[in-house]
Amino acid sequence: MSEELFPEPEWLSEEVKTGTTIIAVTFDGGVVLGSDSRVSAGESVVNRVMNKLSPLHDKIYCALSGSAADAQTIAEMVNYQLDVHSIEVEADPLVCSAATLVKNISYKYKEELSAHLIVAGWDKKKGGQVYATLSGLLTRQPFAIGGSGSFYINGFVDAEFRKNMTKRECQEFVVNALTLAMGRDGSSGGVAYVVTIDKDGAEEKCILGNELPKFFDE
Amino acid sequence: MFISHNFEMDSFSQNPEFTIHSFFTFLDTSIMAVEFEGGVVIGADSRTTTGAYIANRVTDKLTPIHERIFCCRSGSAADTQAIADAVTYQLGFHSIELDEAPLVQTAASLFRDMCYRYREELMAGIIVAGWDPRRGGQVYTVPVGGMMTRQPVSVGGSGSSYIYGYVDSNYRAGMSKEECLKFTAEALTLAMERDGSSGGVVRLAVISEQGVERQVILGNQLPKFSTV
Repeated sequence: MSEELFPEPEWLSEEVKTGTTIIAVTFDGGVVLGSDSRVSAGESVVNRVMNKLSPLHDKIYCALSGSAADAQTIAEMVNYQLDVHSIEVEADPLVCSAATLVKNISYKYKEELSAHLIVAGWDKKKGGQVYATLSGLLTRQPFAIGGSGSFYINGFVDAEFRKNMTKRECQEFVVNALTLAMGRDGSSGGVAYVVTIDKDGAEEKCILGNELPKFFDE
Repeated sequence: MFISHNFEMDSFSQNPEFTIHSFFTFLDTSIMAVEFEGGVVIGADSRTTTGAYIANRVTDKLTPIHERIFCCRSGSAADTQAIADAVTYQLGFHSIELDEAPLVQTAASLFRDMCYRYREELMAGIIVAGWDPRRGGQVYTVPVGGMMTRQPVSVGGSGSSYIYGYVDSNYRAGMSKEECLKFTAEALTLAMERDGSSGGVVRLAVISEQGVERQVILGNQLPKFSTV
């Protein structure tokens, strides 16, 4: 068949982005991270079940957004660096150390990379912490949202977040926020992945599309 | 909604932006309208920008089109004022011919006709809301491009992106007038906190069979949220 009749689909040449929604929230005793599962290349969804919550260590996870390749590479590099670091100090690494490692890479290569990682976890020293590392800055926050879908839930998280929620409340808050964002953002969707990290370890959960909460217009 | 301007200046140390005349005045904004049993509640922020300069910090974006029909304007200030004036004239004429109060749907259709016909030239996102005896309180949205649809709750303007999640989760059918006022004020406050192009005061209006009641919520009286 000639090229003109069947032109090459756009998504073969478009960069693969995780246009996405990611969120990380501290609660009394740990953190909860959440993400959607859609990876898009232009208008095509190339992976509808990708888990964007990547472990950096036993009790430290990061949430990926932006360019899929860049984000995954940063996460893998920091995973390796953290392993080495934790062997050297003979203790579990601090969340701050993980976030600093991510920040160092994001800042040094900021012209070449276009990924935003939110780092969250639990350590003995400061308990549950969330760090945002957008474009190479490093800031600790009670919660952080990121990705294209996060714009739509700014108002929601500003209004609904309270300090010292329980673990249950925090998980519900994260799932609600993800659902609302996935409902409005074309680049977010699929299932919701939720990871809860506290002193006992990390618990991963996947909530399927039909189990997500429903809001008034559905 | 934001349009990038072509300007020749090359550094911030030159004349301030607002002295360059090639800028357009925008109502990049947060507007909202909610239906309730017996009427509608409409709200808007009060900021008009020319580039980064706030040309008017107490703008009234809630424009009366007829006795019980208002429109909330967003996008280009000039375009929306011109369209609103034209529709006000057309609707006034139509209601005299009919010898009765015009329908909200008629007003919305007039907006839609103009916004669609001149879609290439215009930059206007309008929410039409009001009360008529036939169908009660109604909200119609006419976004950029010129489509029209009726919705129980509608948000618009650049600040609206940030509150879709809040509105989706907090809206319930069958709210009372006071609940709608509180809902609108809170949603607009959240949008104003996050959107650089929205700010100032919150202007609210309730349109019902009894007429129109307007109120203003000043900056220091706006609702407060824990992270804000």
